[in-house]
Amino acid sequence: METYIFILFATLAVAAAVGMITSRDTVNSALFLVLNLISVAGIFLLLKAQFLAVVQVLVYGGAIMVLFLFVIMLLNLSDEEQMLSKFSVRYAVGFFLGVIVLSQLLYAIASVTGTLPQIHPEMERIGTVETIGDALFTVYMLPVLVTAILLTAAVVGALLLAQRNIRGKVDK
Amino acid sequence: MEMDWYLGLSAVLFTIGVIGVLTRKNAIVIFMCAELMLNSVNLTLVSFSAQLGDVHGQILVFFALCVAAAEAAVGLAIIIAIYRNNLTVDVTKINLLRW
Repeated sequence: METYIFILFATLAVAAAVGMITSRDTVNSALFLVLNLISVAGIFLLLKAQFLAVVQVLVYGGAIMVLFLFVIMLLNLSDEEQMLSKFSVRYAVGFFLGVIVLSQLLYAIASVTGTLPQIHPEMERIGTVETIGDALFTVYMLPVLVTAILLTAAVVGALLLAQRNIRGKVDK
Repeated sequence: MEMDWYLGLSAVLFTIGVIGVLTRKNAIVIFMCAELMLNSVNLTLVSFSAQLGDVHGQILVFFALCVAAAEAAVGLAIIIAIYRNNLTVDVTKINLLRW
């Protein structure tokens, strides 16, 4: 049963990723990415990482993708026809380099295949909110606070970068 | 279910992200491919964490999610600023720092 669910989610994730890089419309790409992220969240659930599956749907599939869709809407990109039209050296080289990366990764995985164990039996307890929250707010207290500073800096930096007149000039 | 299937799926997703970054010209799609690669690395971390029964891999994924959120906000602001200056997000036409 678990194998079939994995195959379902894996096929969905790979198909959505391929659809993302081949679709001509940017909005379609963003929606394919949402589908991909949600199927990866399903795979997290198969790995019994419940907290991260929920966080993946909330943060990635919700917040970040809404931000992407807002930017796509804001820029109102209409000249999309030249983005993926004709075959050129660029696609050949990109595809070739991608195949090299994939073969290296699969070679590294194939050297350890068969020796990796199953899902750890402790995982039912480890993936929950209690365990992760316990680790986050005791051992990792300082990194959590630094993350707060990082997010604040990112928001301030994004506002500063995206405002209309950076040098304080009045644009006519 | 063996762990190497999860690792293989993660490798395939990462490769699709690499191909997308190398072939697409739209800056927003390139950015989404970068998010795809980050996410596939998260899948690797979670699968190793599940295999070892260790909570630290999941905590690293949590911080990677925070950094990805910050990176998305700043990167999209940069794309908006580039669009204001050049009226395009085609990365082959943005050549101010290119010789």
